[in-house]
Amino acid sequence: MSDIGASAGLGTALGDTAALIGRHLRHLRRTPEKIIAITLTPVTMVVVLGYLFASVVTVAGSGEYHDYVMAGVFAQVGLTCVGVAALGVATDLRTGLIDRFRSLPMGRSAVLVSHTAADLLTAAAATFAVTLAGLGVGWRIHKDAGSAVLGFVLVLAFAYVMLWLGALVGMLMRNAEAINGISALFLVVLSFLSNSFMPLSGLPAWLRAVAEWNPVSLVAAACRELWGNAPTVAGSSLPDRHPVLLAVIVVAALLAVLVPVNLRVYRTAVTR
Amino acid sequence: MDTAIRATGLGKRYGEHHALRGVDLEVAAGTVLGLLGPNGAGKTTTVRLLATLLEPDQGRAEVAGFDVVRQQRQVRRRIGLAGQYAAVDGLLTGRENLELLGRLLHLGRKGARARAAELLTRFELEGAAEKPAQTYSGGMRRRLDLAAALIGRPEVLFLDEPTTGLDPASRLVLWEMVREQVAQGVTVLLTTQYLEEADFLADRILVIDTGQVIAEGTPDELKRKVGEEWLEVGVSTDAALPQALAVLAPVAAAQPEVDRTGRRITVQLADGIGTIAAAAVALESAGVPVTDFALRRPSLDDVFFHLTGRGTQVGRAPEEGAQPLAQGPEGEAERDEKAEKAAPGEKAGRTENGEKAEREPVAAATARTGDEQ
Repeated sequence: MSDIGASAGLGTALGDTAALIGRHLRHLRRTPEKIIAITLTPVTMVVVLGYLFASVVTVAGSGEYHDYVMAGVFAQVGLTCVGVAALGVATDLRTGLIDRFRSLPMGRSAVLVSHTAADLLTAAAATFAVTLAGLGVGWRIHKDAGSAVLGFVLVLAFAYVMLWLGALVGMLMRNAEAINGISALFLVVLSFLSNSFMPLSGLPAWLRAVAEWNPVSLVAAACRELWGNAPTVAGSSLPDRHPVLLAVIVVAALLAVLVPVNLRVYRTAVTR
Repeated sequence: MDTAIRATGLGKRYGEHHALRGVDLEVAAGTVLGLLGPNGAGKTTTVRLLATLLEPDQGRAEVAGFDVVRQQRQVRRRIGLAGQYAAVDGLLTGRENLELLGRLLHLGRKGARARAAELLTRFELEGAAEKPAQTYSGGMRRRLDLAAALIGRPEVLFLDEPTTGLDPASRLVLWEMVREQVAQGVTVLLTTQYLEEADFLADRILVIDTGQVIAEGTPDELKRKVGEEWLEVGVSTDAALPQALAVLAPVAAAQPEVDRTGRRITVQLADGIGTIAAAAVALESAGVPVTDFALRRPSLDDVFFHLTGRGTQVGRAPEEGAQPLAQGPEGEAERDEKAEKAAPGEKAGRTENGEKAEREPVAAATARTGDEQ
């Protein structure tokens, strides 16, 4: 096993990945409905939350509700990525394509890296659409450009981590219906057990601690901080005081764990 | 290099389930080994182990001179794999599928393009080259899949049930394409449920069942295991059966077997051609109304039945489409029914050693084995 990957030069590994990314881009061009479906859900959320709910919801210490909720919707885009990657990888497994790729003398990272990289493009498109919709309902960034960009980088980094999580789910579950069910559950639990749509101050202490450390909360809180959308009355917990730093650490740590686990599972992934 | 594939004591377990228990096999370079067995016998597991997709729990294997566990990269450079699923990307066109694999095999952009064009021509896919593979027919998909397996000019080709589910015409086309590769020196390991396919393509056959090799040899050797040729006599009336039996008894090596509903008698011959003449003369002079008089050789169906005690439905495959191995009594009953239906229509075309005569005795053989049980 040791000769795989190690002896595949970086150049060939990049070449393999590039060739496979080309494959996924063709897929995107031929099934534009995929991008539309992924984009439409969060855009609808923006409209519903930022436009309809904004008139009845007020967040203590915050300005407009749409300013508060946008960071949460961006985090949702990331959560949606789990299902996207899982279905893509599961399909390749089921059709035997992964068997074929694994029987080729190429580095084992190329298949998963290209999958996640191409899906990241979809996530970027969705992020862009959400941004436009957000600006449309009155959301504004109140900080400098550098900090604004950093927020978007964090959103995409979180989406990338979720794509790797999705790839893992896809390899382990394979069944499309099961994947759809699990990723929907995942989306609901992680977004509602977070500060995406409402501050956590009303929760019982133990639940608040769980929700505060939910990566979705960390990313959303960090983005609010970076975009100047954060409520003025901040809590005193660690995540409340250092949202950006903690979000970066957690996202990086998740990636550092998920990538090697994925590669390990891929090595022995069995069709069927 | 004389041996292209060599495996010793290959074993693979999934939890409590032993998929493979100590399989030994050897394939000489430039030959075809047919791996024959029912569903779940361990055929696919064997292929996956040899193609480096799985690692064995026991034993070892070399493909093209390299160890499948320690030298995976070298093995992967020299093998082609066409699996059960026709593993092509449905959203990509035929050409794009082949070019992608060419690039992943590091032929370079130009090299990949040239090789794809060459294979599209050879596999008669030029007309559909620019269409998405998901619009292809089953036969076209398999051809594209085989072409994909050949992109890197492999020394060893693994074909896992390459024609399962294909119509008869497409199967023949695919068989010819496999033969063409063998003629060019490629070593092939082929798994199949179709005895006929193994008979047609393989130089040697390995029969496996429940993860173990239960027989090995050339198709002829395996058939000989079941027994020598036998004589089948059909008569036109029920009354003629005892008469024919009496006449045939002296030339028979063993007690003749009788299929009363089909009005047929099966006789193991005492000694070759002389006995056939004696039997014919005796029937003629006794005035038995004979409708059919044919020398049968055992087919691989008989071999499989003999070895595993389970039947197959494969005998008449080209006429009726390929049937997977039947397992259990239901399949057998169904086969008997079909055999009876098929029999009358085929009588006209019988020859002593033509293809039909080879396949035809399934009904008779089944009936015989059925009697023994």
